Amino acid sequence: MLENLRKRFTNSDGERQDFKEIFINNAIYFVIGAMILFIIISEPSFLSIRVFKNILTQSSVRLILALGVGGIIILQGTDLSLGRNVGFSAIITGSFLQSFSYGSRFYQTLPDWVWRFSETGEVLSFQWYFYILVLIVAMLTSAFFSAINGFVVAKFHVHPFLATLGGSVALYGILLLYFNTSDAGPQPIGSLDPTYSSFVSNWEFLGMEIPKLILYSIMIAVIMWFVWNKTTFGKNMYAVGGNPEAAKISGVNVLKTTVLVYVLAGLLYGVGGYLEVARVGSVNSAFGFNYELDAIAACVVGGISFSGGIGKISGAVAGVLMFTVISYGMVYLGIEAYYQYIIKGVIIVAAVALDTRKYIKKT
Amino acid sequence: MSQYLLEIKGVCKSFSGVQVLKDVDLNVRAGSIHALMGENGAGKSTLMKCLFGIYKQDKGTFFLNGEPFNFTDPKHALEHGVSMVHQELNQVLQRTVSDNIWLGRYPRKGIFVDEPKMYQDTKNLFERIGVAIDPNAKLADLSVSQRQMVEIVKAVSYNAKVIVLDEPTSSLTENEVNKLFEIMRNLRKEGLGLIYISHKMEEIFDISDEVTVLRDGDYIGTTPTKELTMDKIINMMVGRDLEHRFPHKAHTIGEPIFEVRNLSTLYEPKVHEVSFTLHKGEILGISGLVGSRRTELVEALFGARTRSAGEFFLAGEPITNRNPVEAIANGFALITEERRETGIYPVSDIKFNTTIANVQSYKGPIGLLDNARMTSDTQKQIDVMRIKTPSQKELIRALSGGNQQKVIIGRWLLTNPDILLMDEPTRGIDVGAKFEIYQLMLDLVSQGKSIIMVSSEMPELIGITDRIAVMSNGHLAGIVNTKNTNQEELFKMTTMYL
Repeated sequence: MLENLRKRFTNSDGERQDFKEIFINNAIYFVIGAMILFIIISEPSFLSIRVFKNILTQSSVRLILALGVGGIIILQGTDLSLGRNVGFSAIITGSFLQSFSYGSRFYQTLPDWVWRFSETGEVLSFQWYFYILVLIVAMLTSAFFSAINGFVVAKFHVHPFLATLGGSVALYGILLLYFNTSDAGPQPIGSLDPTYSSFVSNWEFLGMEIPKLILYSIMIAVIMWFVWNKTTFGKNMYAVGGNPEAAKISGVNVLKTTVLVYVLAGLLYGVGGYLEVARVGSVNSAFGFNYELDAIAACVVGGISFSGGIGKISGAVAGVLMFTVISYGMVYLGIEAYYQYIIKGVIIVAAVALDTRKYIKKT
Repeated sequence: MSQYLLEIKGVCKSFSGVQVLKDVDLNVRAGSIHALMGENGAGKSTLMKCLFGIYKQDKGTFFLNGEPFNFTDPKHALEHGVSMVHQELNQVLQRTVSDNIWLGRYPRKGIFVDEPKMYQDTKNLFERIGVAIDPNAKLADLSVSQRQMVEIVKAVSYNAKVIVLDEPTSSLTENEVNKLFEIMRNLRKEGLGLIYISHKMEEIFDISDEVTVLRDGDYIGTTPTKELTMDKIINMMVGRDLEHRFPHKAHTIGEPIFEVRNLSTLYEPKVHEVSFTLHKGEILGISGLVGSRRTELVEALFGARTRSAGEFFLAGEPITNRNPVEAIANGFALITEERRETGIYPVSDIKFNTTIANVQSYKGPIGLLDNARMTSDTQKQIDVMRIKTPSQKELIRALSGGNQQKVIIGRWLLTNPDILLMDEPTRGIDVGAKFEIYQLMLDLVSQGKSIIMVSSEMPELIGITDRIAVMSNGHLAGIVNTKNTNQEELFKMTTMYL
């Protein structure tokens, strides 16, 4: 740690780097830190358990999505279809997990085996395994569409921006086709099953109420940390992102690795969609629109570099948290939405500019 | 058991009707270093690619320890103990040394990568071969030569019996080359067979046991290095006697034309207080180790690097050269070191590549470019430089390295410069093409132009320049008259400020 710090503060000639350099290289953190400080000073009540919990809850799904797209960014890619993909898995989830008592259900009739009945033959809820089955269907659907993106990118060398842009548009069409098959006609899907909704309620622990979403996202972040850092797949992902040519001649299957990274991202989008519907409480065809922007922005702010091969789980976590604190804080201060957009946009571009700056040698 | 470790017999290969390998043999003994030589385009890399299964040969057989084999891809070759150190390092700079060495075959413990084992194995390999590098260091933090060592250790780590080294010294300094040769000698002692591809004659004599020469895809012969002389090898390679490796010098040096006083640069890597004078019709060489900031010096002269101090005088008049645009207007031209990265526009044709630096001057009355004049100028350069190309429409990346370099020189000559800054103008091009570039440089100085030439090859500096400025760690160690110096003196000067 000390060694690292010393390295940061001295350059190759052993001279001390000037503080200006250090400040500029980490400027995004200083700026965000200053903004948070400003929010706290203007509205001291911002420092409360309730706000803290809200911020963590709002960060949860965003983190799951950011961890998915983060892997793709490490591959020098990006995923513009994230939002539509999340939307699709959300619609699938909602369409199956509506409350039985609700009249205009997406599926008016579902086979008997999905239900749990009382002794008198009334529907109580879904069978426990049906909740899991729907989750798996949502994950596989997202993984499938993401895998197509990955295949197109790796096999035909289509730039990920274009591959996923096209993928996103086509996916929206498929999503609408599915949405319109509803028995109740195309209308927003609401009145979700209460057991399902309780998946994202609070968990009581030692008298505290902890939102379950936070626990899910922590769990996923831990799993993803192992996947990225401790598995062959993870190391191959960094290698392919850092230098695809080197990976190829070292016998890494670049096509397989790329497709797997997209599949993994898709699985996480599926989980994200599944949980997001429960959090929001209803879903329509526009659900998930532009979610990719928040997720990608959080990755970039957290130092997952578009130049490839660089990025950490901790970076994604930090990026999501900082981004959410700023967004939430601005709402908290009652800043008008127009200004919120401007500030967020400037943060994203500044983060990329500062990130890029580190890799440009000055002459 | 065969007397050879690796035998290549009668390999033929054609691409779309053009035969690039004709009945080529290559026999490598265990415990030997076998140099493979030939001009660019002689078929060396094609032969190696056939060996590694990247290409499929039309005819011919490979034997390893007397057993015939035919690899289907590089991975297959690696698994059978045949590995290669590529000329252009293919490494993942963002990752650690051990991550790079075991890439594609990480040891596992359950579902996780066994990192302690990786670390230990790397350490053991480094100790065996005599390399002092931390396995956990990030590759980006290592020097080019250290990265080269890592690549060699990686090749060894496949339990290689045969290692092909493709021009591993092209970016190394003399000290680093010595270190590399020490490692190669250790491997030879362990009984490995090394195939060493290089254009540098001095190194071939220093390190190799046998030399095989290819020319235009023909197998010319294999000879023990002891029985060879430089002239003999050149003769085998080019098929004619190159009287000398360098053309005859007949130019006269004129008045001082360009003076530099106390030049320092602002950003790392820095140049410190360099002063010199360049004369009309002179070739001034710049020598120094890699990292001695030779490139930074010429970039600063050209205005591509920010100066912190220093004055320039062109024919006695002060000039600024604040940026390349000003420098070009003042009659400067820079031919960069990294031809592929900063010189050519690979997917554009010869005409575009020739005229792009001068495109302003082809503007017609309404701002459109005068195509006829661009075509005739390009043709003029192709003729003057003897650029070998089917037409102006050919993409530059289809040309050989030497011809690409000629196109770039031609491009800058069209701007009619008085002072040419040439950074390693002959790197990676073959003997015949080098000779032509030298001739071209001498023609230019005879016409009264002046050249500043950065080079890592001391024989080249001594053979072609009038004076040599030696850089050492960003400082100018001194300027010597080429006639009165030798390699020993130059080498001593390069280490003056270390």
